[in-house]
Amino acid sequence: MKSTTRLGAWIAFLVGAAYFLIPLIATFEFSLRMRRGEYSFDAYRAVFGDPQFQATFGYSIVMAIVTIVVGVLLVAPTAYWVQLRLPKLRPLVEFITLLPLVIPAIVIVFGYLRIFNSSSYLPLTNSETATDFLLVCSYVTLSLPYMYRSVDTGLRAIDVRTLTEAAEVLGAGRATILFKVIFPNISSAILSGAFLTFAVVIGEFTMASLLNRPAFGPYLQLMGANKAYEPSALAVIAFLITWASMGLIQLFGRNAHTRRVQPGTDS
Amino acid sequence: MQALLTPPENRGRNWNWIGVLPFFLFALLFLILPTSYLMVGAFQDADGGFTFANMLGLLEDNVVSAYWISIKISAASALGGGLLGFLLAWAAVLGKLPAWIRPTLMTFSGVASNFAGVPLAFAFLATLGRVGLVTVLLKKFLGFDLYSTGFSVLSFAGLALTYLYFQIPLMVLIVTPALEGIKREWREACDCLGGTAFQYWRYVAFPVLWPSILGAMLLLFANAFGAVATAYALTGSSLNIVPILLFAQIRGDVLHNPNLGYALALGMIVITGVSNAGYMWLRSQSERGRT
Repeated sequence: MKSTTRLGAWIAFLVGAAYFLIPLIATFEFSLRMRRGEYSFDAYRAVFGDPQFQATFGYSIVMAIVTIVVGVLLVAPTAYWVQLRLPKLRPLVEFITLLPLVIPAIVIVFGYLRIFNSSSYLPLTNSETATDFLLVCSYVTLSLPYMYRSVDTGLRAIDVRTLTEAAEVLGAGRATILFKVIFPNISSAILSGAFLTFAVVIGEFTMASLLNRPAFGPYLQLMGANKAYEPSALAVIAFLITWASMGLIQLFGRNAHTRRVQPGTDS
Repeated sequence: MQALLTPPENRGRNWNWIGVLPFFLFALLFLILPTSYLMVGAFQDADGGFTFANMLGLLEDNVVSAYWISIKISAASALGGGLLGFLLAWAAVLGKLPAWIRPTLMTFSGVASNFAGVPLAFAFLATLGRVGLVTVLLKKFLGFDLYSTGFSVLSFAGLALTYLYFQIPLMVLIVTPALEGIKREWREACDCLGGTAFQYWRYVAFPVLWPSILGAMLLLFANAFGAVATAYALTGSSLNIVPILLFAQIRGDVLHNPNLGYALALGMIVITGVSNAGYMWLRSQSERGRT
């Protein structure tokens, strides 16, 4: 009985490992095939040397960073304030932050194109700068579930009330409390929300494509339609980026976890 | 900011809500209003008058077939992902495998569940495409021509198989906590009473686990239903699924009726909304059962 369980578990694990590793190996192998008859990194050289790659990748990194800054400034004070003063609003705020997981991204951006078009009250698709702003807002929306959950978990792990009262007694204003007391205490939660956001935003296709912005996602799609080996190289690069973002979350998360769980909590 | 957020105790009225105003304004402007606009537009004709014509328009052949293919693909990838993800999570949590496997699986699942979109399509083209590694190796060593069976990575089966790459890890992440709630003593108690492995699963483990499993599968269903990028990069517009039809509609009004586009979007929200609501309900059921 015990041995059949273990055998079954090994089979499940090995089949799973094969399913997940073979496409990665195949993609890597394919990306090396550009030079006829031998393996080479030519496809990577072609990708990195492509000015379009540099431009779109740079653009998406800037968009991701702006999204993270705006997202943190929007979500963290809200989550803090809800925890401290408006606990009754928590279910509503939580519900709203989960909506982007329910409403498909393509529907959200469809709505944007209708209510922010050039003849509307708020024509955000009129100029490039305005559309960039709209794209950032769409990314902040997409990342709301991840950002809110990370920050909220961080806030629940610290004693928000005591920290706030202590800071108030010492004469700190709201902004000081938020930026110098609360933020440093939930920095690992903010960072994990930030890296998740980065992983989601960097290769995002639907929003950027329909808003006609020169981002990395639409570039990837274009390469896929026109090139043979570069797409595989790009897929390997994208996988490494995702892996790096998640690895950093684990790293920061684990540090915070060991620090916090030690003093005898039951979590 | 400073002035707005002064403590409320020294004022007559409660001004706390101002602190959450930016968030609600943002949500209203970039989430609620755009979505509501489409929902209202779905019930309007070109002149803004109320009509059910767009709902009836959803019954057009190409729209119905798009919904049907989407539902089939999402259901196939949710069932497959749910089953395989559950087996993997079970193997890691209860299968008595070496200790390093569980954290490795969880980390990898975190990565793979986020590895979707265009790059995922590339990876499967390089694996199961016409000159992909697996296709080539199968032909070379086993003499088996995958494409002679009618398989194509650009088809229904190919897309479902590709979706599994993010569906399985998502299932692992959702169902692992539920499996961790299974007590070793239950199995021992069942064994002591002479129960077989089948009886243990049928009468002990499954009744505890099924709300989590079913709920997670509903979430996977919604997850696949709204996905655009992977399908678009993999199949272009050759596979007529709802998100791709909507994409084409937004780009160039292929349905020749903007309001029918809104109805299409409304249909998507209804389907993903219902499956998410089912997930939340089942999750609350399983949490109640556990305490």
